[in-house]
Amino acid sequence: MTRFLALLVRNRLAAAGGIILFCVLVLTLITPFLPLQDPDVTATANRFLRPFSPGHLLGTDHLGRDLLSRLLWGTRLSLAVGIAAAVLAAVIGSAIGITAGYFGGRTDNIIMRLVDMLMAFPYILLALAIVAALGPGLMNALIAVAAVNIPFFARNIRGITVGLAGQEFVDAARLGGLGHTRIILTELLPNVIPVIVIAMSTTVGWMILETAGLSFLGLGSQPPQADLGSMLGEARSALITSPHTSVIPGLMIFIIVMSINLLGDGVRDALDPRLRSGALSRPRAATLVERQGEIPAASDDLLAIQELETQFHVGQRTYRAVNQVSLSVRPGECLGVIGESGSGKSVTALSVMGLVASPPGVITGGAVRFRGDDLVGMPYEQLRQKRGDRVAYIFQDPLSTLHPLYRTGDQLAEAIRSHHRIDKAQARARAIDLFKAVRIPNAESRIDNYPHEMSGGMRQRVGIAMALANEPDVIIADEPTTALDVTVQAQILTLLDELRRERGLAIIFITHDFGVVGQLCDRVAVMYAGRIIEEGPTGAVLAAPAHPYTKRLIACVPELGEGRRKLAAIPGLPPAVDRLPAGCAFAERCDKAQEACRTGDISLSGTAPRTVRCLFPEEAMP
Amino acid sequence: MTALKVDNLSKTFPLGRPFFGKAHPGVRAVRPISFSVRTGETLGIVGESGCGKSTFARMLVGLLSPSTGTIEIEGRALDNADPAAFGRLIQYVFQDPISSLNPRKTIRQIMEVPLKRLHGLGKAERHVRIREIFSQVNLREEFLDRYPHEFSGGQAQRIGIARALAAAPRIMVLDEPVSALDVSVQAQVLNLLAELKQQYELTYLFISHDLAVVEAVSERVIVLYFGSVVEIGDAETIFNAPKHPYTRLLAQSAPIVGRPLTAPEQKDNELPDPLNPPAGCAFAGRCLRASDLCRHQEPQLSSMENGQFAACHHPIED
Repeated sequence: MTRFLALLVRNRLAAAGGIILFCVLVLTLITPFLPLQDPDVTATANRFLRPFSPGHLLGTDHLGRDLLSRLLWGTRLSLAVGIAAAVLAAVIGSAIGITAGYFGGRTDNIIMRLVDMLMAFPYILLALAIVAALGPGLMNALIAVAAVNIPFFARNIRGITVGLAGQEFVDAARLGGLGHTRIILTELLPNVIPVIVIAMSTTVGWMILETAGLSFLGLGSQPPQADLGSMLGEARSALITSPHTSVIPGLMIFIIVMSINLLGDGVRDALDPRLRSGALSRPRAATLVERQGEIPAASDDLLAIQELETQFHVGQRTYRAVNQVSLSVRPGECLGVIGESGSGKSVTALSVMGLVASPPGVITGGAVRFRGDDLVGMPYEQLRQKRGDRVAYIFQDPLSTLHPLYRTGDQLAEAIRSHHRIDKAQARARAIDLFKAVRIPNAESRIDNYPHEMSGGMRQRVGIAMALANEPDVIIADEPTTALDVTVQAQILTLLDELRRERGLAIIFITHDFGVVGQLCDRVAVMYAGRIIEEGPTGAVLAAPAHPYTKRLIACVPELGEGRRKLAAIPGLPPAVDRLPAGCAFAERCDKAQEACRTGDISLSGTAPRTVRCLFPEEAMP
Repeated sequence: MTALKVDNLSKTFPLGRPFFGKAHPGVRAVRPISFSVRTGETLGIVGESGCGKSTFARMLVGLLSPSTGTIEIEGRALDNADPAAFGRLIQYVFQDPISSLNPRKTIRQIMEVPLKRLHGLGKAERHVRIREIFSQVNLREEFLDRYPHEFSGGQAQRIGIARALAAAPRIMVLDEPVSALDVSVQAQVLNLLAELKQQYELTYLFISHDLAVVEAVSERVIVLYFGSVVEIGDAETIFNAPKHPYTRLLAQSAPIVGRPLTAPEQKDNELPDPLNPPAGCAFAGRCLRASDLCRHQEPQLSSMENGQFAACHHPIED
């Protein structure tokens, strides 16, 4: 709540709107206690007195009534009617929307078509029709304004509810024995209320205007009762001779509606979760670099990640996602990076080409060298030239990386044309070749498919084709088969393996699956809490893991063909990377941990390629 | 004793009648399935995406009404898709632990629902019961006043299991209960499930796409493909000696350390179009053993050796 207020106040316009609205509200609340003249007493001798006349601060109207008094009483009435109408419309509209959204099907269809019919009438005509049927009067104007605004709420809330009703927690509640009414009231309503509040805060101003409009036409408040609309209506005939009689209520309407709208927009922004996380700005084109310390010297590897440190700075906290990570690959080699969620394996991969979102990501140390050139410190234009050309990525979910509105072939051709000056026909021919290279059947016709027309396996093949488009030297594959079925996974892995052998590609393969690593990779690095804790040839690491974490993680993985059994588990959870303990991050969960494990930095021991970050390794290091 | 008996259960989703032309017969998400599960048994249900396993599970717990067929739990027929009536006998543990918990309710409010609505317990009794269940699933009591977003996946899944246990069901349907979890946590949850099963004499239906996990926890396994059962058998033998070519394809596709990387042989890799299903065996298009018979006549489940059943005209013999 304090967080919400802080965000709201940060928006200056919203804060100003809030303060003005607050003042107006206070004024209207204390109106009955102020020493005002009776708003309805006429004194025709004193008609059309100018503002600042003695006894009448804002002057008088055409019947000599005190304008200040009428203004305050009128504002009070207009606000009350506007807010009451908003509450009425919100309650009825939300009830309709939530019912339609929850039950769906025919109920939804009938209710929403009725709402559509209501919306098809111009609102002022509808309000006029309602008032005509019920007779003029403030109460009837209120009903008319509320009725006109019901569809807005109903449609909004229905949309939100449809999304919520399909969620698993609603199913869980039904299995817990809750009936429809209780599910709507206790499960759905609490999730919908923020939306209702936002919708109300943005529509109250509108409703005050509508009520004023009806009163202006003489269909709302009846004389001598004052509200802002009727004051305007009565002053209309004297607009030229005594402008103050219409300017004063007009200004009040302007002030109220403006302040409510500013505040309403502020409330909506402050409740938006994207703004809450502090991501007010668009991410930069490349990750922010603020390196401290020395930059490691060049090596002769194809791609070398050297003592890389990537952090996330969120508020006061620093998340050390990647901590002194060094990795390298040679042409034709496949390096596996394995770790659980939050171990920093994906951030390591994204840091290579500066793809970590900034803010909040910052590269704070180390280097990434491609053929000796430091990619981290490189100017953006040069880095962009290398992205997708020399180093390409394959991501986990091809459905979200392919643009849904363009044909897959066109997207592939675009990737080629952004690095090579060739014409469209050539690019298309090249795209067909690539489709064939990734073994997509009927490449000539498949190239005109949209992403949704392809299965998950086919889409991932397109993802691989796109990575291959410019014949890169290195491919970084971030869990490329996790979203796929096993039968499809086997095909994609085989394809990647063939491609690297045919083309001498270096692959950095990020995964959480030891089976995949064991089948595809030459070397493997194991990550835990942002650091590499073990590295070596795949066979050696899998057969004789040296770090207790690796050993126990391998034991957790069930393998097919071992029958029914109790599985090994590692108790506890990995540490949060903003509160890393001193010493070994795994010490807390490790049954071999001793005092020495909890103090000081533990370095990698052993000789390349076989290294481990442990004081008491399971296997002796060479 | 039979805990669950399913007879001819099927689900067809109707499609809207088009403006012109005749109505579509609908999508047959689950074709008629019959089987029974003994009390205390764990039945694994395996299949890839689109095989109908989630539709099937939702019918079992009464969230979806079947098009045909009956469900019997411990001899009582449940045919009126009413989740509250099902809830006392059969409960569901969801795949995504976080989204199965209402973000605006505390864990205590979530836990109280089944105790109050299904068993009508008073306030004091509920407190005692919640404490008991929480200690059984290794969760601390202080968690009760927190909100779901404060928990890790593994903890949230244990809360989901605790909620299912609170209904004191006889059967639990576990729909991919560990596939959203990291391996080190996955084993914690699987072992917890095994302990609870012993303690409460529960019967499990364990749905997963991970063959190794299914094999590790199940006694018998059902393999689904395109909405129908293609093979049923003991967990020990079904993957070692599969009779249906699809089961063999699944078993060969699972990545295993030390096995050379080769994609198992198959002709095509696309599932058939559900709107336009093939006439005979749904797997024929991908199967190397398929003959003309397979393309015209749908094979029925028939008994093979070792108590296995397979729906195949040309089962694998060894």
